[in-house]
Amino acid sequence: MSIVTVQLGQCGNQVGQQLFDSLCCDAQDGQRKERCTASCERFFHQNMHGDLVARAVLIDMEPKVINQSISRAAKSGRWRYGETSHFSQKQGSGNNWANGFCVHGPGHTEVVEELVRREVERCDRLSGLMAMMSVAGGTGSGVGTYVTQCLRDIYPKSFILNHLTWPYGTGEVIVQNYNTVLTLAHLYKLSDAILVHENDTVHQICSQLLNIQQISFADVNTVIAHQLGSVLQPALTAESHGVYSRNPLGELVGALCCHPEYKLLSVSTIPQVPSASMAYSSFSWPSLLKHLRQMLISNTKMEEGIDWQVRPPAASERSRSLTAGSFNTSLANVLILRGKDVYSAETAGFEDPALYTSWLSSEEAFSVWKSPVPFNKYEKSATLVSNSQALLSPLDSMVGRAWNMFASRAYIHQYTKFGISEEDFLDSFTSLEQVISSYKQLR
Amino acid sequence: MTQSVVVQVGQCGNQVGCRFWDLALREHAHVNKKGLYDEALGSFFRNVDSRKCNGEACVVGGRIQHLKARAVLVDMEEGVVNEILQGPLREMFDSTQLLTDVSGSGNNWAVGHMTYGSAYREQIVEKLRKAAEHCDCLQCFFLIHSMGGGTGSGLGTKVLSLLEEEFPEVCRIVTSIYPSAEDDVITSPYNSILAMRELTEHADCVLPVENQSLMDIVNRIKHMSHSGKPGSVIRRESTIISGQGGLSGAEKPFDSMNNIVANLLLNITSSARFEGSLNMDLNEIAMNLVPFPRLHYLVPSLTPLYTLADVSVPPRRLDQMFSDAFSKEHQLIRADPKHSLYLACALMVRGNVQVSDLRRNIERLKPSLPFVSWNQEGWKTGLCSVPPVGHSHSLLALANSTCVKPTFMELKERFTKLYRKKAHLHHYLHVEGMEQGHFSEALVSLSSLIEEYRLLDATKGRLMPDARRLHIAR
Repeated sequence: MSIVTVQLGQCGNQVGQQLFDSLCCDAQDGQRKERCTASCERFFHQNMHGDLVARAVLIDMEPKVINQSISRAAKSGRWRYGETSHFSQKQGSGNNWANGFCVHGPGHTEVVEELVRREVERCDRLSGLMAMMSVAGGTGSGVGTYVTQCLRDIYPKSFILNHLTWPYGTGEVIVQNYNTVLTLAHLYKLSDAILVHENDTVHQICSQLLNIQQISFADVNTVIAHQLGSVLQPALTAESHGVYSRNPLGELVGALCCHPEYKLLSVSTIPQVPSASMAYSSFSWPSLLKHLRQMLISNTKMEEGIDWQVRPPAASERSRSLTAGSFNTSLANVLILRGKDVYSAETAGFEDPALYTSWLSSEEAFSVWKSPVPFNKYEKSATLVSNSQALLSPLDSMVGRAWNMFASRAYIHQYTKFGISEEDFLDSFTSLEQVISSYKQLR
Repeated sequence: MTQSVVVQVGQCGNQVGCRFWDLALREHAHVNKKGLYDEALGSFFRNVDSRKCNGEACVVGGRIQHLKARAVLVDMEEGVVNEILQGPLREMFDSTQLLTDVSGSGNNWAVGHMTYGSAYREQIVEKLRKAAEHCDCLQCFFLIHSMGGGTGSGLGTKVLSLLEEEFPEVCRIVTSIYPSAEDDVITSPYNSILAMRELTEHADCVLPVENQSLMDIVNRIKHMSHSGKPGSVIRRESTIISGQGGLSGAEKPFDSMNNIVANLLLNITSSARFEGSLNMDLNEIAMNLVPFPRLHYLVPSLTPLYTLADVSVPPRRLDQMFSDAFSKEHQLIRADPKHSLYLACALMVRGNVQVSDLRRNIERLKPSLPFVSWNQEGWKTGLCSVPPVGHSHSLLALANSTCVKPTFMELKERFTKLYRKKAHLHHYLHVEGMEQGHFSEALVSLSSLIEEYRLLDATKGRLMPDARRLHIAR
């Protein structure tokens, strides 16, 4: 079953191209034919010349990035984008969510819907839709939200996953907090699951784990593509009964987003080492899983600098509302293991009820997916997709900054001139305070 | 890809404009090796095949035939425009883009704004419309003028209000050259303040540039290149004051200063024209840097000013470039933003610079730069891969900062000195359509602008409490 990806804005198109590249290389790399077929079927279709063509639609309000992505894909020699699967305009959205949502989005509804429809019809069976975008700018955030709304209307029974890239905390775009608030508040009502990557976190991975000196956006996007790829490549799940799962998005959403108030997902992968050191590194499942579990509990996104002091609260402490240090409570987790000896990996550590909120049993809260095929040249790798308090702190500080700015009404005139009112802002703030409150209460 | 139209008004405006077109051609010649008319060129130039009888513009992708600038040139004297038309750039402009008269405005804002403004209204609108029609997707008007004279100041601001009327959705970015204190035009304070009111009301952003700062920068570069210190020889075409490699031959007076402003315009549009890993379009500038509609004065600073020619001397560290952008020697008005309050700041980087360099420098400089409490992370960044001619990388910083307040206050003082005595007032009041009310309104507009900046300044250094968040009942 296939996933159709919609890439929106500069970030969405840059990360998307990197993702397809990483998926294609990985799929064709291994000698496992079955997995290769499943992966290619999920993300690509074959045109009459036998080339792999990504199941993707590229959307941007200005042409430069799309042109770049298309030519980079073609240069790889292994896959390309469909010749007509893109749509761009001449002038960008000016970092203005309102411009994207109220003007550009509605202005081009038919064209975009048609492009998606064509991709969907090419699939034998649609597993779901994934929209990739950033939240800081105008097109990814504004047009992306509008397109998600359209997709929800046209495909009410399909799973929609939104992949969001959050900007650096210290400003890439000054109005990024407004754009993020408006995007998240709207997506919460439309999306089934929201998977978030933060530029700050990925940047740290690049500098501390991968030892990259001069980090470029290409490096950042490669890490995001690796992490996202490790989630989306085919795996054997409890429900797939010995074959590669045909319903990846459905199972992800089913496992992780059982409650409409809790949709924010984060990803951690282990190991992440510079490619030069890979030949000299060896990994064991117990070590990998031990580190990953502690990363989850202490809310560290990398295998370095983990705080081993943080422990899940004892049963007696659970009933108190006191915060148990910096412990990160989960609602649900999906652990994905890929590589050698997966069947012998011991995952009981993740089934500990102390890790989870009290109103879900650990059987309901925890799932494991496995694949004996290694991913992206790592002999063994583990990925954790988590619905937990991991994003609470960045979300809270982002809303706080946006609120401070809103209190002085700075930049509001730029949004109101495109049709967003102060009321709309207040509604969005209210929705997000609700989400923050829900996650805080997870203990 | 979008297009921009440059409207140059008055003597100063046209001289700066002329330098801009020369340097733009040089930049594109440097980058565009194949001689194809590409999208980047298209943002400022039309490609016309003069063999076709109706002079229809050619589409993007073909060979360059005949480039015409997307410009409208306005001057009430003929001298400067005629010089352009006799110089090497003459082929770039055709007569439908020009508007001239003979007698000039006599350094009188009222003559420029009222008299010529109404007399030439239709013609101006027609020429603007023509230029706009040649554009596929017009994004921005760049207006270049000086504030101290009569034409640039008076007629220029009239053109600005016409742009707002006729093309309300198109961004208006105004480059205004402010007179220095020793300006030889006695009535320049009157002209400047009358013009300022128009800028505050009708422009989307204003890039104020002071003649004195340009002069200081020119002197500093000349001093550097003549100092004779070993390792201090500058690569000729790399300075931001040099026109080397352009079409025009010998340098004329004011050329060095005007080249700086031309480089400013080239850098501001670089990310819209060329590719990069973090694009910054022109409409994003106003969006991010203008938190309140009237506070749209953005102080520009350009670094580096030059590249050293001696390759055995290690290149100036990248980080030095970022530090320099905030030093007062590199600002294009005489101001010290480091000691004022920032409302927002944009960093437009060109060349081989990666996001980690950008982040490192922002982290490094942030503690010493005071930002307003509701915009502590008020940075807008752009990365363009194509560096300017003669450099491996460059940085343009645009600061919306209260450091403009002293500049405006000084201007107001010079105005008041004259106005108190009603000196030269009759020259203005004699002009049809001009009343004393215009003066007092302009003064009020400036005073309230200064007051807005003062109120923001007062919050500097004070610990502002966070706004109380919404409380969710459970």
